[in-house]
Amino acid sequence: MSIGLVSAAYVVAAILFILALGGLSNQEKAKRAIWYGIIGMALAVVATVAGPGVANLPLIAVMIAIGGLGGWFVAKKVQMTQMPELVAGFHSLVGLAAVFIGINAHLEMERALGAVADGTAKDLAGFAATIAKKTSVELGILKVELFLGILIGAITFTGSIVAYGKLAGKISSNALTLPGRHMINLAAFAACFVLGFMYLNGAGLWTMIVVALISGAIGWHLIMAIGGADMPVVVSMLNSYSGWAAAAIGFTLGNDLLIVVGALVGASGAILSYIMCKGMNRSFASVILGGWGGDAGGPQQEVDGEMVPTTVDTVVQQLDDADNVIFVPGYGLAVAQAQGAVSELTKKLRAKGKEVRFAIHPVAGRLPGHMNVLLAEAKVPYDYVLEMEEINDDFPSTDFVMILGANDIVNPSAQDDPNSPIAGMPVLEVWKAKNVVISKRGQGKGYSGVENPLFFKENSRMLYGDAKDSLDAILKQMD
Amino acid sequence: MAMKVGVPKETMAGEKRVALTPETAGRIQKLGYDVQIESGAGDAANFSDDAYAQAGVTVLPGADAIWSGSDIVMKVQQPSMDEAEKLEAGKTLISFIWPAQNEELLAKLTSQKPHAVLAMDQVPRISRAQKLDALSSMANIAGYRAVVEAANNFGRFFTGQVTAAGKVPPAKVLVIGAGVAGLAAIGAARSMGAIVRSFDIRPEVAEQIESMGAEFLFLDFDNEDSGTEGGYAKPSSPEFREKQLELFRAQAPDVDIVITTALIPGRPAPELWTDDMVKAMKPGSVVVDLAAEQGGNCAATVKGERIVTENDVVVIGYTDMVSRMAAQSSQLYGTNLRHLLDDMTPEKDGQPNVNMEDTVLRGCTVIKDGEVTYPPPSVATSVAPKQAAPKKKEETPEEIAAREAEELRKAGSRTTLLLVAGSALLLLLGMVAPASFMQHFIVFVLSCFVGFYVIWNVAHSLHTPLMAITNAVSSIIIVGALLQIGSTNTVVMILAALSVLMASVNIFGGFLVTRRMLAMFQKS
Repeated sequence: MSIGLVSAAYVVAAILFILALGGLSNQEKAKRAIWYGIIGMALAVVATVAGPGVANLPLIAVMIAIGGLGGWFVAKKVQMTQMPELVAGFHSLVGLAAVFIGINAHLEMERALGAVADGTAKDLAGFAATIAKKTSVELGILKVELFLGILIGAITFTGSIVAYGKLAGKISSNALTLPGRHMINLAAFAACFVLGFMYLNGAGLWTMIVVALISGAIGWHLIMAIGGADMPVVVSMLNSYSGWAAAAIGFTLGNDLLIVVGALVGASGAILSYIMCKGMNRSFASVILGGWGGDAGGPQQEVDGEMVPTTVDTVVQQLDDADNVIFVPGYGLAVAQAQGAVSELTKKLRAKGKEVRFAIHPVAGRLPGHMNVLLAEAKVPYDYVLEMEEINDDFPSTDFVMILGANDIVNPSAQDDPNSPIAGMPVLEVWKAKNVVISKRGQGKGYSGVENPLFFKENSRMLYGDAKDSLDAILKQMD
Repeated sequence: MAMKVGVPKETMAGEKRVALTPETAGRIQKLGYDVQIESGAGDAANFSDDAYAQAGVTVLPGADAIWSGSDIVMKVQQPSMDEAEKLEAGKTLISFIWPAQNEELLAKLTSQKPHAVLAMDQVPRISRAQKLDALSSMANIAGYRAVVEAANNFGRFFTGQVTAAGKVPPAKVLVIGAGVAGLAAIGAARSMGAIVRSFDIRPEVAEQIESMGAEFLFLDFDNEDSGTEGGYAKPSSPEFREKQLELFRAQAPDVDIVITTALIPGRPAPELWTDDMVKAMKPGSVVVDLAAEQGGNCAATVKGERIVTENDVVVIGYTDMVSRMAAQSSQLYGTNLRHLLDDMTPEKDGQPNVNMEDTVLRGCTVIKDGEVTYPPPSVATSVAPKQAAPKKKEETPEEIAAREAEELRKAGSRTTLLLVAGSALLLLLGMVAPASFMQHFIVFVLSCFVGFYVIWNVAHSLHTPLMAITNAVSSIIIVGALLQIGSTNTVVMILAALSVLMASVNIFGGFLVTRRMLAMFQKS
């Protein structure tokens, strides 16, 4: 295949990727959109392999086969509730690949320059051949791009691993706050840039390897300092980083497809993070720089009253009496795997002519849209599932609200208490409903570690126990 | 000190209801009030003095003790002139008042200089006020009772049956007017097994009629102003009325039971079931006229009586349908009153606050601080837009245009500033960077813009699949590794091979997971 043909294939692939992302604007089109993505990817790989300067086809085939099988296996096996950690884990692969390719680019560059010096440049093939033709200014820029690719790639790699660990519960989800952590990060970045500058001026490969190590540490430390509640933003941010890393590598290799797709992914991740931050009413910087921070100006309001427990019998009675019911799912629903039970309950209540709906907070769960996916898995039709803005005004006219493993997103102190760490975050105003039942494992606090006055309100009752067990018991009583 | 809420025995003849039940008494006490009741007030509704006493209510002998010893007096029926006399200055009365029909009573009450008089018949018909809408809760009972009375006077089954002793056809019931009472009647008649048809001049209630299981009698007439007025039907034009009567005339020989509920508060009931229709009905048929109080929808109705016409049709004109189910109606009315007190006592401290800013309380209040406040400013069926509207109206169209132009101009100048700054930066870059870099850079910048615009449109609920798919797409980095894998340098080859491996995991895994997720989205 000639360069021209390859470029043409790349253009088509790039268009297909844009269509794939754009097609997600509605559920029906989305199923077609994914095929655009798959075809685009296949086209890009085939065109590259068939293009000039690519050798070692058997090795490529073996690697793709092994990797493909592995990916297939993991994706088939994974539970829907483990989606967040899976996506985070996948990001780390892209990050590491970017680091490897960056280092390779340096090695190839040295080889090409050596060949130019020896006068054997015309024997070079592929990437090395392109490098050999570059001027010294172009080589300088190439080094900058390479440096950026490795830096971002390494941050993505370790950051994603930490995010994976936190989401999978293998690392404590509390924010790690080392003293002077901003200074540590700043110093580490400064060190990277110094090393980068040295590299530009001719220092060897070791500078890049040190940069990879330092930026890996930065990635680890950055994400360790972010609490569990902010994980959705982190995952989409890492998503963005993996895109930028690909784009930087694209510049290094002079490959427009990589640049286009990298920029697409980078931009989409950035916007997603922005949308999520707006959902939590927090600035992007404060999320990225870690934790809820201890900078709330004054003591939080004391909560008095007590949590009143209720029983399954009472809840069944209340559900029977209610004409309209709203479920508010949170991460606890995902943990308890209760989406099937709640779907069953919805069907039963609907069959009795009651209006049953779901209220989804933009940051419920650990991924944007996490709850939608879970409920969709349990076959809850998506026209019952409403967003916060659509449903918040309906709570005062609602008979019964059941909160399933959600906490911070229904915390009234976000509105009432200016000293609360989550003050100003938009929340679902469930307390305005006639009756509220909170299904909860114990008396603990939410991810943000903030006390929730909702639990102490007069119209609130606590239903202790695993969400799935409680829902199953309710279902049994209904029959 | 806690305010006292008192309930006297109803004085109107035949009125069996009472404004307080032991259950609502408990709730009212929770609002911080002391509750007292006249001895024997609940007897007709099967609530004994003992039951009240057990609920913590002080039982006092004689109405005078209640009227003079309570800060808030709650009643069912409008007070008689004698009772109005007993209302002391500075106190509050809550009951049915019907201010439009009872000007004299209103004047009398005003002259007593009470703190406030709240009319339960004036509750605005908005969603928020439904829980204290006594007219609806009473109409519901009346509709049910109408069917019970009809069944009692009807010589046959409602439901069709095939028995060893022969086949019984189901009764056919026609319900005219599908307000709360009409819908309740439809529900009750349906659940007894009758075939139910219904008519209402508001075509938009067809859906409600059908939802109750009745057949909507469709009238093909282009009636432009058939709309509603505060939730009630408007009076109709003569042509429309004629069409309507024609429709009924066709039904008369067919139906066994007619229940009429067409009533617009404050107006005489329209005559919809004429003499010739009554004559056309089969012997043994029953007409129940829920509008008897205001003249009746049926020409043969005698207010308060059950009569039998010459052709053996029973026409029931009872005006005390609700009172005939005193226990039920007292309980619902009592709950309505309790909700009203709830609204009046937001602090739950037993100190009533008749807040005239509150649409619901404003609507109910007919006398405040010794002055008549009836009629209230009009309230549309839905309040929210009304409240928002006046704020917007303060701006004239020119001002709005000016403001919008100003905002546009600001946004425009911001964009221009950004563009100028951005272009300057790019120019600076272009001065130092070589041409080959600039080409790629153009591609990069344009792609960022495309990504930006594409992603803004993605549906919120699809954010997780979006992440999964961008994750899969970001493994495009495989292209970079493929370009390097052919290198003669072993280290490069190994690293590139590993990169290909990792990227393929991501490609297959990412797309598969996205597909799994999207496959689950379904519409009901």
